[in-house]
Amino acid sequence: MRFFAEIREGLGISWDAILANKMRSTLATLGIVIGIVTVTLMGAAINGLDRAFIRSISVLGADVFYVSRYDWLFTGSYDDWLKAQRRHPPIRLKDAEALAKQLTLAAAVVPEEDDNRTVKYKTRSASSVQIVGTTEAYLQTSGVGVAQGRFLTAADAEGNQPVCIIGSEVATNLFRNDPPLGEHIKIEDQSFLVIGVLEKQGTMLGGSLDNRVIIPIRESLAVIWKRPTIDQIDVKANGLAQLDEAREELRQTMRHIRHLAPGEPDDFAINQQDQFVKFFHKMTGTIAIIGLFVTSLSLFVGGIGIMNIMFVSVVERTREIGVRKAIGAKRRNILLQFLVEAACICLFGGMIGLGIAWLATLAVTQWLFPASLSWTIVAIALLVSLLTGVVSGFLPAWRAARMDPVDALRSE
Amino acid sequence: MALIRLQNISRCYQMGAETVHALRDVSLEIQRGEYVAIMGPSGSGKSTMMNLIGCLDTPTAGHYELNGTSVSDMDDNQLAEVRNREIGFVFQTFNLLSRSNALHNVELPLIYGGMPAEQRHQVALDALAQVGLGDRIHHKPNELSGGQRQRVAVARALVNKPSILLADEPTGNLDSKTGAEIMALFAELSRKGNTIILVTHEEDIAEHAHRIIRLHDGLIASDERQNRP
Repeated sequence: MRFFAEIREGLGISWDAILANKMRSTLATLGIVIGIVTVTLMGAAINGLDRAFIRSISVLGADVFYVSRYDWLFTGSYDDWLKAQRRHPPIRLKDAEALAKQLTLAAAVVPEEDDNRTVKYKTRSASSVQIVGTTEAYLQTSGVGVAQGRFLTAADAEGNQPVCIIGSEVATNLFRNDPPLGEHIKIEDQSFLVIGVLEKQGTMLGGSLDNRVIIPIRESLAVIWKRPTIDQIDVKANGLAQLDEAREELRQTMRHIRHLAPGEPDDFAINQQDQFVKFFHKMTGTIAIIGLFVTSLSLFVGGIGIMNIMFVSVVERTREIGVRKAIGAKRRNILLQFLVEAACICLFGGMIGLGIAWLATLAVTQWLFPASLSWTIVAIALLVSLLTGVVSGFLPAWRAARMDPVDALRSE
Repeated sequence: MALIRLQNISRCYQMGAETVHALRDVSLEIQRGEYVAIMGPSGSGKSTMMNLIGCLDTPTAGHYELNGTSVSDMDDNQLAEVRNREIGFVFQTFNLLSRSNALHNVELPLIYGGMPAEQRHQVALDALAQVGLGDRIHHKPNELSGGQRQRVAVARALVNKPSILLADEPTGNLDSKTGAEIMALFAELSRKGNTIILVTHEEDIAEHAHRIIRLHDGLIASDERQNRP
């Protein structure tokens, strides 16, 4: 109760003091403002990138494993890479078939192969379209949906049916406003019947997911790539609860298929969405640490400014300090008064900084990349500015608190 | 029992290589309800005496007992508490907080004393009414005349019901008419039983007191009671 009364007294005094020295207080807060703008903007940028990233990789199901020849995020040296290339045989379609037979904890096993090709329709052509060879189960692992027509069936996938499902971007590019269903498009001079159009999916890691054509895997291997190897096998687990067991079963089954002796390292990789998320967080974490360092430097400079102005304020008000002591203010009261004043100035600066950062976030989102200001960031920014005030105000406040009342009263 | 008891008090200051003896082995007693003037030319030690009695300073040697409590060995914070409870200061230059209104200036000792807000407000209003400023509570010092400012200062000094009202040249910055008003206020406060100690170098101001202590070179030169008409 008494403490709060003292804080209130401190707040009143500091408000009066700030009003009495508007220009000085504003200039003094400038350093804090800049510091807070930096910290907030950085936080907002990372926050925004994070969200955009998570949204963009959400097409990779959290419960799907991607068996491929190499790790998605290969981090070893060049020598390691060469070694892996020698040791790791390519993934084959028959591996997928064997997995499909043997796995018990998998809901779907989907072979997948893709490459970019030019696709033609009559006189129009679209280059660098992603051609995906897969089976009917792709629906379960990829998150795609069909907007018009139908997806592949088991019969399409097994038999060598020259059919295809096209992405919305391909549909727009090749057919403009014509209905694409029932038409034929050409890939590598091979004709494919359009049986479906995919729903619009957006982008992943900057690449369009709508600029693609899905065809049966056997057809793609036989006619387009003319080889038995594939990119990866998508294995969807039975549920998120058994994810670790499913992964282990997958690994052991794959080792069995590859005839690996116990103790021999895996000659394939099992990738997960998780890896990307971890890698990304590691990256943004590094950026955040560097940013925090730069930011703390500017806050430090701002803090020095506040300390300076507080020393001036203490000297100016020596007589007032004397009067307060004469009528009963203890050291603690005087200390608190100046600490509150420093904290107020900094908090004030922090709020201005947040306001500027908010506008800047809007601008950045409009023209550069998505950034978002969360309540956590706002709270941290205010806390940091408060703390800067308390830390930088401490020495001046301490000096004020220790003044001798007789000397202080005598000062002009 | 004496309200103020100074026993063999000395106070020295170090001025470079030289030691200045502001008070030399002074003993003095003041009873509750007395109206005392401390006089002396500058350098006589009267300011030092006021600082010591007001618990702003501690003696180099000797013993000081205020209201039954020994204060000569107290630390800073304890002294602050004693000043808050026992002593009301009135200064020559008023020393009001310029950015606060009269009411807040008077409330200040109560804030440091830890009185709850609602009670504090009423007590401060009463104190201002007592010095005749009940209608000026929201005025800031620069909106008040010199005499009114000194009245606010007196209200601030009295608001905690202290044992001593300690006034340092209270009329020094006032014209003679306003000065007379302040002295009349002091006389009234004295009649009501307040203990008043007046530090001054003006004879006609000191004349208002019932007892005049004259200091010279850090010693008590005379201590005489006078019968008020």
